[in-house]
Amino acid sequence: MPNFTRRSVLTAGVAIAGASAQPLLAREQAPEKSVPVEGMTSGVKLNINGKAHALTLDSRTTLLDTLREHVHLTGTKKGCDQGQCGACTVLIDGERILSCLTLAATVQGKEIQTIEGLAGPGGKLHPMQQAFIDQDAFQCGYCTPGQILSAVACVAEGHAKTDDEIREYMSGNLCRCGAYPKIVAAIKQARGQVGEG
Amino acid sequence: MRPFALERPTDLANACRISTGTGQGQTDAPMQFLAGGTTLLDLMKLDVLRPRIVIDLGGLAPHEPVSVGPDGLTLSAFAKMSKVAAHPTVLQHYPVLAQSLQLAASSQLRNMATLGGNVLQKTRCPYFRDPSWKACNKRVPGSGCTAITAFNRNHAILGIDAACISQYPGDFAVALIALDARVNLTGPRGSRSIAFADLHTAANGAPHLETTLRPGEIITAFHVPAGEWLRRSLYVKIRDRASYEFAIASAAVALNLEGDTVKEVRIGLGGMAYRPWRAREAEAYLTGKPLTQAAAESAASAALSGAKTHGHNDYKPALAGQTIVRALLEAQSLQLAPGEA
Repeated sequence: MPNFTRRSVLTAGVAIAGASAQPLLAREQAPEKSVPVEGMTSGVKLNINGKAHALTLDSRTTLLDTLREHVHLTGTKKGCDQGQCGACTVLIDGERILSCLTLAATVQGKEIQTIEGLAGPGGKLHPMQQAFIDQDAFQCGYCTPGQILSAVACVAEGHAKTDDEIREYMSGNLCRCGAYPKIVAAIKQARGQVGEG
Repeated sequence: MRPFALERPTDLANACRISTGTGQGQTDAPMQFLAGGTTLLDLMKLDVLRPRIVIDLGGLAPHEPVSVGPDGLTLSAFAKMSKVAAHPTVLQHYPVLAQSLQLAASSQLRNMATLGGNVLQKTRCPYFRDPSWKACNKRVPGSGCTAITAFNRNHAILGIDAACISQYPGDFAVALIALDARVNLTGPRGSRSIAFADLHTAANGAPHLETTLRPGEIITAFHVPAGEWLRRSLYVKIRDRASYEFAIASAAVALNLEGDTVKEVRIGLGGMAYRPWRAREAEAYLTGKPLTQAAAESAASAALSGAKTHGHNDYKPALAGQTIVRALLEAQSLQLAPGEA
């Protein structure tokens, strides 16, 4: 029996939809030819979750799209794609940044950590991941990878001492389900178990 | 996002040499510097900025973020906002600077954005940020201004003209202009230093020209002079939500008191002006007078005497006035550490 996952079904669905829409799009876009720019594509070497990746990328490719579309690490989510929601938060050299407003070519030589790189050997959850489960700190889960990475950095920065401080320093991660009180509870649970800078 | 070539110079001289296409202060120059990327990439995705060449400044040799000297503070323009906001000297001796950085954006954005990029961030005017609006003099010179007759709740009331009522969105620049900061620049024709107050141009009927930067010039540092007024300094930021939001009114105040009398005062205003704004009329009114609620209110009126509203932002002069009064009185009531009184 074929091994269907939610993702393989979704990918297949997108491929079919893409194929049927293509002639129409091609016709509409025909008059506006984009003029090629020299040096558009280049080799990019990235260190993601301790593993080296050699990629060939268009200069426009953000770190977010690189992770999801080229390295197939889809744990990092695309929310607004404009730096307003925090769903795409990843750690660069241990500091939280927005991967949607970061060009992949500009983070070569740095350590990139995504939600996939957070669990320990053998898949043991990071204390922050466990705390989010224990405290039921999400509903739909879409913002959760960004929340968890941001929370790990928030504790490491020493910005998780009080509830107010947690709210202030986690304000870059929006949760439209409104799980904020439980996110604060999860960070308080985990803060004693993870390293503080 | 449109295609572009990415240049990654590894030293300042090289960055200046290849950057002469960055234009003479215009919004949409064909060549753009990439610092933190938090404004540039956002506006490129929105198709507001369409550079053909992007010069990444992230590969330049690291600079000391903060240098402290007897005559003041030198901040590297390449330093990240979060690093400067957390620097012990900035926190202790330049509170208004630290607060203006801490209260801006989010943790992630402060880890990305540089000081130089931050002061050059573009307006949040929705008609500028969305090219489907045809009229925007800042985006398309001579096309008109949509905001003047449209939804303009968070548009500027000071420094505007008939061509543009957009608002400068930043916080750090408001503290810099209050503190008489200077800006160090390096370009293809050498280095120079200008007053921060001369960096952003007035609307002047040509809002697409935003700065006095010459082609290829890069901001390398900010110098903030030391002064008695810094000990009693703070940044008050009023916004629609408690965190991670642009100001709808803000004030940077630095106050030197002799008893209750104002010896010197510096006031910068944000969230209400076309460019980083210095409230010199208010400063002149207060200097030499006892700082009372009534004096603060009169100073606020002086600061806002030229205010002009456009309907949805009719609320702003009242809010702006109260923000100025609150910042002045809070600065007055700050308890200074022993030996600092």
